[in-house]
Amino acid sequence: MASNSSGGSSDRQRIAQQRLRIIAGHLQRPVDGDSAILAAECKAQGSQPDASSEEKTVPRRRQEIMKWNGWGYSDSRFLFNKKGQAEFTGKRYRLSGMIIPGLKDWFESTFGASLQHKTPATPILNSSAVHPPTLNETFIEELKSTGIPFSHDAEDRVFRAHGHCLHEIFALREGRFGRVPDMVLWPNCHNDVVKIVELASKHNVCLIPYGGGTSVSSALECPKEETRSIVSLDTSQMNRILWIDEKNLTAHVEAGIVGQDLERLLNESGYCTGHEPDSMEFSSLGGWVATRASGMKKNIYGNIEDLIIHVKMVTPRGVIEKSCQGPRMSTGPDIHHFIMGSEGTLGVVTEVTMKIRPMPEYQKYGSVVFPNFEQGVACLREVARQRCAPASIRLMDNEQFKFGHALKPQVSSIFTSFLDGLKKFYITKFKGFDPNRLCVATLLFEGDREKVLQHEKQVYDIAAKFGGLAAGEDNGQRGYMLTFVIAYLRDLGMDYYVIGESFETSVPWDRVLDICRNVKARIVRECKEKGVQFPPLSTCRVTQTYDAGACVYFYFAFNYRGLSDPVHVYEQVEHAAREEILANGGSLSHHHGVGKLRKEWMRETVSNVGMGMLKSVKDYVDPNNIFGNRNLL
Amino acid sequence: MASKAVYLHRDPMLKKRDDFEDILEERRNSSDLRYALRCYTPILYKGVSPCKADTLKNMVLQSDQLHYVINQVSKEMSRAVDDIQEEASAILEEMAHCLQLSTVRFFAFTLSKVFKTLFRSICVNEEGIQRLQQAIQEHPVVLLPSHRSYMDFLLMSYILYTYDLALPVIAAGMDFMGMKFVGEMLRMSGAFFIRRSFGGDKLYWAVFSEYVKTMLKNGFAPVEFFLEGTRSRTCKSLTPKLGLLNIVMDPYFKGEVFDVSLVPVSISYERILEEALYAREMLGVPKPKESTSGLFKARKVLSEDYGSIHVYFGQPVSVRSLAEGRINRCQFNLIPRHVPNRPSEDIQSFVNDSAYRLVRAQEENMVLKPWVLLASLLLQNHHQNQASGQNPGMALDELTEQAVWLRDLSRQYGAFLHWPDHMPPPDVISSSLSLHRGLVKMSEGRVQLALEQAGGQAGPGEPRSTLATPEEELLSRAVVVLSCASYRNQALHVFLRPALLAAAIHTAASNQKQEVFNSFSFLRNMFSNEFILCPGATVQDFEEACFLLVKTGALQVTQQEVLVTERGHRTLVFLTSMLDPFLQGYQVVCRFLCEEAPEVLTEKQFIPAVRKFIIKHLLAGRLRYTEVLSSDLQKNTLAALLRLGAVRKIKGAAQGTLKVNKVMVNSLEDTLGGKLPTQKAVVARL
Repeated sequence: MASNSSGGSSDRQRIAQQRLRIIAGHLQRPVDGDSAILAAECKAQGSQPDASSEEKTVPRRRQEIMKWNGWGYSDSRFLFNKKGQAEFTGKRYRLSGMIIPGLKDWFESTFGASLQHKTPATPILNSSAVHPPTLNETFIEELKSTGIPFSHDAEDRVFRAHGHCLHEIFALREGRFGRVPDMVLWPNCHNDVVKIVELASKHNVCLIPYGGGTSVSSALECPKEETRSIVSLDTSQMNRILWIDEKNLTAHVEAGIVGQDLERLLNESGYCTGHEPDSMEFSSLGGWVATRASGMKKNIYGNIEDLIIHVKMVTPRGVIEKSCQGPRMSTGPDIHHFIMGSEGTLGVVTEVTMKIRPMPEYQKYGSVVFPNFEQGVACLREVARQRCAPASIRLMDNEQFKFGHALKPQVSSIFTSFLDGLKKFYITKFKGFDPNRLCVATLLFEGDREKVLQHEKQVYDIAAKFGGLAAGEDNGQRGYMLTFVIAYLRDLGMDYYVIGESFETSVPWDRVLDICRNVKARIVRECKEKGVQFPPLSTCRVTQTYDAGACVYFYFAFNYRGLSDPVHVYEQVEHAAREEILANGGSLSHHHGVGKLRKEWMRETVSNVGMGMLKSVKDYVDPNNIFGNRNLL
Repeated sequence: MASKAVYLHRDPMLKKRDDFEDILEERRNSSDLRYALRCYTPILYKGVSPCKADTLKNMVLQSDQLHYVINQVSKEMSRAVDDIQEEASAILEEMAHCLQLSTVRFFAFTLSKVFKTLFRSICVNEEGIQRLQQAIQEHPVVLLPSHRSYMDFLLMSYILYTYDLALPVIAAGMDFMGMKFVGEMLRMSGAFFIRRSFGGDKLYWAVFSEYVKTMLKNGFAPVEFFLEGTRSRTCKSLTPKLGLLNIVMDPYFKGEVFDVSLVPVSISYERILEEALYAREMLGVPKPKESTSGLFKARKVLSEDYGSIHVYFGQPVSVRSLAEGRINRCQFNLIPRHVPNRPSEDIQSFVNDSAYRLVRAQEENMVLKPWVLLASLLLQNHHQNQASGQNPGMALDELTEQAVWLRDLSRQYGAFLHWPDHMPPPDVISSSLSLHRGLVKMSEGRVQLALEQAGGQAGPGEPRSTLATPEEELLSRAVVVLSCASYRNQALHVFLRPALLAAAIHTAASNQKQEVFNSFSFLRNMFSNEFILCPGATVQDFEEACFLLVKTGALQVTQQEVLVTERGHRTLVFLTSMLDPFLQGYQVVCRFLCEEAPEVLTEKQFIPAVRKFIIKHLLAGRLRYTEVLSSDLQKNTLAALLRLGAVRKIKGAAQGTLKVNKVMVNSLEDTLGGKLPTQKAVVARL
């Protein structure tokens, strides 16, 4: 594709390179993918082999590069070395190979944890502990004739039996497996999926679509009560950009592509989607559509519902899609809205046409320190009121600010001295800044240089009205880098009796402060009541701003020494926290989805009639419950 | 058996209560001035810094809530917004406190002096203080003291100052404002003033509720108010008023605070300053209007001994835990929270239930002095002798024997009795009697109510009349009886449920458990304006009463029957006698409404008319209980009849004209008297 664009545009190439560099900042290029995958090129599509597509991230056997019982790449993990210093292994991330001197102290003092008390994970997947597959022979017989690759290897099946909820990972670390899919299929294109769904309907096989596997709503868990053969439909090999339309600025993409590949491939042509959820390294386009995903830079590019022009989904009733690519239509309820958020209960999203944008000329990080969280929220509210939010604006509370501080790597002295100087500056010159109350907003501006600078000034001026002080680019950049490594940190915690997770909600502006305070307090109180020996980490941040409200993210973790069933305690606390969210006017989910984890609140969330509507759609589209993951309803 | 299991864990005998500490002791041994001027640095909620009165006012005036109502009122009344804004500001000015440490110090000094002369001791449970201190740091705190005397809120602030706790802001009735100087002094010591009634005044309500909520939400100071709404003249707890409780719970419902701690505080006086004043007020001698000069006249009070005060800070009650599973806070999700809304039904009933629970908590921690038991015994004795024409009074040793019996009984019922166990009982009794010289006298070794010289003794400062009409004599006797009854009333809550059961057994046609229960349920319903009976807890109360009486061996309860045991007789006679004045009182009021009420009876005329009727009956000897003259009882009866629909207020008619359903009132009266079986007569209709 890159060769198609006007050759003389060195400018564009320069931008593209810069963009690549930035992306590489937090996402280093993965090692070359398994080229063997490409052998099974989908004949039906006949698209020209794309040079760059040889570097796809996700191989069929994911376990070759990714952890089977933790987050992310096998080569990247946090550990405490022999000196007791934390370090991050591998070469993929900016933090890779670095020592993080502050982490140990923070970890021990925050959780009351100790490096002496370890809870290591089962190192190797014991295949014999996995239930033998329940196979539907006639289905397999017919499947073989299609040539679609499949497997019933235990490792492949276990890998697709879970998302990244705490209880799922905890069980894997202990070597416990519940119901796992009986086989895994790798369709290579839309037509493969059509064949699979036809066969599944014919032989009454349960299909569970599997994209990136980053679900945190128990959406991938196999229903215990399912007696049919469960087939995991792994979309990872449907990962091509089929065409780019520069006139309309759209791209037609196979839904199995993961975020980082999509972005990288588009960048090569000088474009981007701008959709960057925190999980974008691993999560897939189809998964975004199926869960109503939201990206960090939605202020410029929009959330998934704003980005989508056309979707193709294969259902047991056939293929659903629109007839044209008009930018907006008044043709009854938008059928895309049946597809978005359907969480794999109606069918498999196979191809998506989505908006693309030229890559931004200029990107700039920034950060602002506020004397307290209240001021910070007031500032974000004002930014939203004036509709001048940068590409991303996030406000961390004091605990997260300290957490971020603890993750400061041992690097250039300029960086360190800057921060230390900053600290001194605040405490001496601006006495009002209490280090135990201040909080930080991180910013990301994008666009052409001039406008970015102008925009930056506007935002900083607003911040100043609320007592905010600019606190430098590095602080901001580090904040965004952390979102990619934080999931790795949970694995470190789990090595030392610490478990935790994040969850999110969206809430009207006038409720933001109240919900943050109450949910955090509820978590602390529930932990105490449930016998948790040490005060938990209970922190939040405001991650998105809207006209009428904001998205709030909570992190919560605790030391479970002394508890006989920590996961149960964890689940009770999370349940209580969700109840608190709902009681404080928050939504059931902003972008994680419902899955099976939050199903119990669906009815009160959408009303009886709403529930009935959704049910009747399911009943029409999938009367035999072929897509039987039992999410949502 | 099941009921036993339920009550086992709350066996009153096992109730753990804290020990007391006398805070006057230190005052007697060190300088009051130094105490008043010492460093005072209370810890506030989550370490907020104290807020100036002006800042607070501005916060209220700039709140969304108030803006909304101002705009609304301006539209409704077609008046300029500025105009109404100004009115709001004036209301706030009239209402707001302006706590000043110097005034507090002044009070700390003078009150030390006053308290030392008036009281032997002021005992406070220090563990309760510690709990309160903890609570103040964690959540906004609401202090809910019982209200028996003007002293209450000065006393509360005095105690909090003594323990270096945050001084509360106190909701006080507007009548104090009448006392010019004192009103301002109270304002400067943290009182804020609310009008007694402002029913339809939207603006007033908005300013008021926003003012309270702002103080509470921000945790500037604990908010203090009296659940009972006014001082209880009878020393019985009054049925709670819900307005303020609703206001302080609202921030929790709307998620504006994580939780609110409600701290019931029980203040018990060994001798109440206003003792005779209250009795007169209830007999229709109007109370002196609060005025500064009146207060100085009351200086005479200073020369007397008022015994000790016990202040018990109860366990903080979390609104969050109370509301768990009862209130769905999502109901506030769809309307902006600053838009005022009539509380939904579930919230109203929740607030009501909580209010009763809190008043019960106050009652339970109320310290009872031996005198309370003596007053009960002497009153019963008085009425019995009066009926049988025996010698007045009781022999001292008889009284002692009965008092010891009653002491043990009340302890078994869970009373918080402060009986000095190290003293021999006769000493305890004589020291109690000596403190209440105005109410009892000893002659020839017999103890009796001081009825004869009552005119002279009970009303200090009143010229003794030499020639008194029978009516005047009756009233002066009634002053003593009512004063005595007010002490007996302090113990009522201990015996109430068993007494209702005893009365039910007495009136029920048979020993059938169901019939006794019906009777119990009728009485309980009838008296729910008179006593603190939690709404909807009939079965629980019945089981509790059964449990207590069975436990003390007075009753045998089988699946079908309720039987009084041989040894239970004494207990049951005592219990029924305790309730009898109320039963008789309610019947008399009913009889009045049936027989003598004029065609057009307004609410205003009701009390004087019924009083006249009762005096007539008392003088004619058709009625035993002088205490039926209490206007409190008469008002409660009317309230009950209104609630039951036996009397209705005619809408539109002037001054609340009452319409009496004579058939129904008559049948209620008969049921109370045991002449009609409960079920057929009224229960079905209740």
